[in-house]
Amino acid sequence: MNAPAKLGLKQRYSLLTHGLDWKPSYQPMDKIYPYAEFEGIKIHDWSKWEDPFRLTMDTYWKFQAEKERKLYAVLDSFSQNNGQMGLSDPKYVNAIKLFLTGITPAEYQAHRGFAHVGRQLPGVGPRVAAQMQSLDELRHAQTQIHTLSHYNKFFDGFHEFTHQHDRVWYLSVPKSFFDDARTSGPFEYFIAIGFAFEYVLTNLLFVPFMSGAAYNGDLATVTFGFSAQSDESRHMTLGIEVIKFLLEQDPGNLPIVQKWVDKWFWRGHRVLGLVAMMMDYMLPKKIMSWREAWEIYFTEAGGSLFQDLARYGLKVPKYADVATAEADHISHQNWLTFYQACHAAGFHTWLPTDEEMGWLSEKYPTTFDKYYRPRIELFREMEKDGKRFYNNALPQLCSVCQIPMVYTEKDDPGTISFRSSEYKGDKYHTCSDGCKDIFDNEPEKYSQAWLPVHQIFQGNCGGATIEEVLKWYKLNLGADNLDQAGSPDQKMWDEWMAARSRVAG
Amino acid sequence: MSVVAIDKNYADKVVIRDRVENFHGNQVVYVHWEDHLMFHAAMAFPLPPAMPFGALVQEVLPTYYGMHPDFAQIDWSAVRWTVDGAQFTPALDKSLKDNGVGHKSLIRFWTPGLDGYKHSRS
Repeated sequence: MNAPAKLGLKQRYSLLTHGLDWKPSYQPMDKIYPYAEFEGIKIHDWSKWEDPFRLTMDTYWKFQAEKERKLYAVLDSFSQNNGQMGLSDPKYVNAIKLFLTGITPAEYQAHRGFAHVGRQLPGVGPRVAAQMQSLDELRHAQTQIHTLSHYNKFFDGFHEFTHQHDRVWYLSVPKSFFDDARTSGPFEYFIAIGFAFEYVLTNLLFVPFMSGAAYNGDLATVTFGFSAQSDESRHMTLGIEVIKFLLEQDPGNLPIVQKWVDKWFWRGHRVLGLVAMMMDYMLPKKIMSWREAWEIYFTEAGGSLFQDLARYGLKVPKYADVATAEADHISHQNWLTFYQACHAAGFHTWLPTDEEMGWLSEKYPTTFDKYYRPRIELFREMEKDGKRFYNNALPQLCSVCQIPMVYTEKDDPGTISFRSSEYKGDKYHTCSDGCKDIFDNEPEKYSQAWLPVHQIFQGNCGGATIEEVLKWYKLNLGADNLDQAGSPDQKMWDEWMAARSRVAG
Repeated sequence: MSVVAIDKNYADKVVIRDRVENFHGNQVVYVHWEDHLMFHAAMAFPLPPAMPFGALVQEVLPTYYGMHPDFAQIDWSAVRWTVDGAQFTPALDKSLKDNGVGHKSLIRFWTPGLDGYKHSRS
């Protein structure tokens, strides 16, 4: 063989990806790729797939290794210098408890999903890209765990995130999101995670958490954010390529893809409600409101994206208008849910200060003072009387997103949006038209939901009392849960600060 | 619409986790007090179908809603009720079942004149 000593980038790429594919001779294609057709997507020519990034495995390892070296150097220094003491406020730590328990296991799920897609798609280009994304997601899970393990040395609530992911009521929200995506066919998974989540919505997840970390002195989290960022831009390129490819291959793909875009936009919007409350209530130093973030990253950026995709016939996701109207409400509704349910949660909650309430009024001029300030004032009164409100009943959950049914009608914020369906003689409740459509399209799937509240009633969660359920969740009563005030986290922080001011004289 | 699945017999293999048989003789009942969103969502309770509706009103509701300043002022004879979207007047001495409350039924009630803390619907 007379190969030149050094290959051109394009040639190298071609040999190390497409060049590794072969045409099977003793097994038919549909036996090798059994998942390729049942979703109804038609692909006529896989060679039309344009690889969004010309990255080969060897270069991939080199890049990632370099990023890892930088990340771990920063983490070492953060830990040696007691970086946790530079945080703006110990309340901030609750935001990263939510990240580790809610998002990190989802990264791992994304890794598994892309590994599956990377095996099952008949085209070599998307297979290679999906394999790389699969490795990225695994790396994100690992770097997040390593980063946040530093906080686990000092603060409560970080210790059992893998165990809790399969059990705790609110963690069933991101879990069921990914379970739904991973049990779909490979094309739906690709649209769900690659396009709807990574392309349309990812900025609403990563930017708030990473800027929030930067504003609040959490250098460790900022660093893993940076380390993930170049991967994220690759994922976005892949997400847009997959949607264009599917729409260009066959006109019959459009209605299928549109349905997935509608579904996964809505499911993603529901999951991101956790980020909304994090931004508006959990960050001691605020970056911007959820409403503002929604306008920039969905209304503006998403608007131009869908304008671009209109030439394929793809429309803005159904119920995008409802999601936009909800941007004035969800952070308040979610936080005040956790406020009253944090005796069963792995992080602390609190009521906003007067100053924070002023900020919320300013950011939410049409809704905060009218609907949420009075609710917060009532809770304050109760706290003052020594009767801090914990809701001892369990809430009705949505059969699709699994969030307590707290969301209100688009034109009537005082009335909960109750929807329901019948399937095989049973009733199923959903929180919105978006979730109801998803249920009605595939009732066989969602009627199997493992709804945490019903599982407790069935006796499958350690017992009937809150103490028994917490034990089954591996949440430590009096340490991981309840209000921030009086928590061991707060007490330890106050002692650190007192010691620091003694030293400073 | 039906599920898109690789297994053509998928629908026959579905195991519904929330069948009433799995609740040890109880049925799940959801209750929601309208215009009092201090309570973030409808509450879920596992209740025996034979339980009198009156017991729900006199025992369950005060335990979970009693801390709201409006609760003590409710005129129960004026309360408007729906079960699964249909208006009804509960017979307090009759069972939940005989009042039309089934497994996973949603009971909503409106208390005229009471619209939450400082009229905020909270």
